[in-house]
Amino acid sequence: MPAKATRAAFGEALLDLGARDPRIVALDADLSKSTMTAAFARAFPDRAWNLGIAESNMIGVGAGLALTGKVPFVCSFACFVVGRFETIRISVAYTNANVKIVGTHAGVAIGEDGYSQMGLEDVACIRALPNVLVVQPADEAETKQAIAWAAEHQGPVYLRLTRQAVPPVCPPGYRFRPGRWLALRPGRDVTLVASGGPVSNALEAARLLEADGISAEVIDAASIKPLDEETLVASASRTRHVVTVEDHAIAGGLGGAVAETLSEVLPTPLRRLGVVGFGESGDPAGLYARHGLDAAGIAGSVKKFLGR
Amino acid sequence: MADARLEAIARECRVQILRMLTHAGSGHPGGSLSVIDLLVALFFGRLRHDPKRPDWPDRDRVVLSKGHAVPALYAVMARAGYFPESQLITLRKLGSPLQGHPDRTALPGVEAATGSLGQGLSVAVGMALGLRTARSPARVYCILGDGEIQEGQVWEAAMAAPKLGRPAHPLDNLTVILDYNKIQLDDFVTKILDLEPVVAKWQAFGWAVLEIDGHDVAQIRKALDQAEATRGVPTLVVAHTVKGKAVSFMENNPEWHGKAPKPEEAIAAVREVLAVSEAAWDDYLATDPATRAIVDELRALETPR
Repeated sequence: MPAKATRAAFGEALLDLGARDPRIVALDADLSKSTMTAAFARAFPDRAWNLGIAESNMIGVGAGLALTGKVPFVCSFACFVVGRFETIRISVAYTNANVKIVGTHAGVAIGEDGYSQMGLEDVACIRALPNVLVVQPADEAETKQAIAWAAEHQGPVYLRLTRQAVPPVCPPGYRFRPGRWLALRPGRDVTLVASGGPVSNALEAARLLEADGISAEVIDAASIKPLDEETLVASASRTRHVVTVEDHAIAGGLGGAVAETLSEVLPTPLRRLGVVGFGESGDPAGLYARHGLDAAGIAGSVKKFLGR
Repeated sequence: MADARLEAIARECRVQILRMLTHAGSGHPGGSLSVIDLLVALFFGRLRHDPKRPDWPDRDRVVLSKGHAVPALYAVMARAGYFPESQLITLRKLGSPLQGHPDRTALPGVEAATGSLGQGLSVAVGMALGLRTARSPARVYCILGDGEIQEGQVWEAAMAAPKLGRPAHPLDNLTVILDYNKIQLDDFVTKILDLEPVVAKWQAFGWAVLEIDGHDVAQIRKALDQAEATRGVPTLVVAHTVKGKAVSFMENNPEWHGKAPKPEEAIAAVREVLAVSEAAWDDYLATDPATRAIVDELRALETPR
C-alpha cells in the first residue's frame, strides 16, 4: 500500500460506509475539500450539508441530527472544530449525542500554513470530556478500521487525522479495537508509544537505535481514550523506560495520558516527545526535525533519556 | 384545549415553579414565570407527545435553549405526566434528575442539554433537519431567551435554518419562540446590549416572523397555527413577555432573574398567582387542599430545622 493521508482514507471509508449505512451523514464548515468528505457529498447529496464557516452551529446541528437517529460525521480542521469546545462540551458530550467529530490537519505536519491552522491542543481538550472517546489512527488501513468502528459505536467519538501522507505501518488483517494498542515491533530497552503521523518515524527511530545496540519496542497507540493500560504496563514493566511520541502539544495529549496512568499504576521513567510552544510555518519535514519528531530526533532523545 | 383551561394549568404551573424554587433555595424565577404560558400552550395545546414514551421517534420536540428557565419545563412535564409532581421539590438536590439546568441523560423527556446559552437553536435545527429528511411529521419547537441571542452561535443557526435542507427538505417544521422579557442577568437588555430591531434582523435572515403577547393564550395558539401552516421557511415567534409575570414584586425587576424566593415571599407570590386577596386567603386555602398542602410545606421551610 502506498503512503496516504489518513484524511484521504477517511474520505474513502465514509463513502464506502455511506453506501451501506443510510444513517451516516456528513457535515462540513467550508472545508469539505480538505476534510475529504466532498466525495461523500457528491454521492449522497441529500445526506451531506455544508454549514458554511460556522463550526459551533455545525456541531450543534450534528448533535440534533444524532438525536433523531442519524450518525453524523462533523468535520473540520482539528483546531477549528475543537476550538468550539463549549458546544462540544454541552451539545455533544453532556448530551451523549452520537456525533463523530473529525478533526483533520493534526499537528505541525500541516507545514506552511502555520500555527493558526494546526490542531495542537485538541487531544488535551477532548480527553477531559466524559463520554467522548479519542482515536488517532496511524495509517490508511487503521483509519478505515477506526471509521467503521466509530460508525457502529453508540456515543461520541473524536477522530484525529493527518493532512500529510503516512506510510502503512499496521500488518495485514489488523483490526482496530478501542482500548487496544498494537505492538508494531518488540524491544527490550525502551518502549516508544506513538500515535498518528509520527508512528512511522518512531519505527524508523527504532531501526536507528538498533544499530546503536538499543532495542526499542514500538507501540501504535491509536486508541488514546481509552488507552490500553494492559499493553502499556506490560511493556513498561519489561523495558522500564517509556517515551511517548505525538504531533501534539507536550501537555495533555498522549504523553499526558500515559504519564497519568504510569504514575498511578507503575511509576516508570518517562520522556514525552511532542510540540513545545506554538508551531510555525515551514516545510513539514523541517518542522518535524525542529520539534524532534523525525526519526533522528526521536532516536537522539531516546539515547539521551537512556544515558547512552 | 380551551383557553380558560390552559390559563388554569398555567396558574398551577406558576405555583409549582415558586414551590420548587423555594425548596431548592436557588434558581431563576423571573425567566421561568415569563416563559410558562408559552410552555403550557405547547405541552397542553399543541404537542404530539406521549409522556409514557419519551423516545417515540415521531414525537414533537421542545428544546428549551434558555435552560435556566428549566423550573417551567419541569412544571409542565410533571403536569403532563412525565414524572410525579411530588418529585418537583427535588430540583437542584443531590441525586435528583431535576438538574439545575436541563440534562437530557438524567430525565427522559428533556430533549437537549441546555443552559450554556446559545446552543439550543443549533440542536433544534439539526433535529428539524433529521426529522424532515426522515419524512417524519414531527415538529420542533425551540425557546430562546432574549439575552441569549447575544450569543454568536444563535446567529450562525439563524443564518443556516432558512437555507438548510432546501429545496427538498425545508425546515418549516421548526418554530422558534423568543421569550422577549426585556431583562437579562445583569440588567435590562437595552442597557446591556440592545437587540432591536429583532423582527427585521430575523426577517432579513429569511425567517417568517410573528409578534405576539406571550402571555395571551389565544395569541400564542394563533401564532403556533400560523407557524404550522407556513411552508418553505422556519418561523420565529417574538413573544413579548414580562419577567416574573403574575408576581407583582418580581415583575420587571432584574433582581429576580436568579434569586429564589424565601418561603414567606413564595407564599405571597402563590397568593398573587391565584389572584386571592390577603383578607380572603385563609378562607380560600380551606377550599383548595392542593394549594393548602403546598403552602403548609412552604411554611414548614420557615421553621429552622
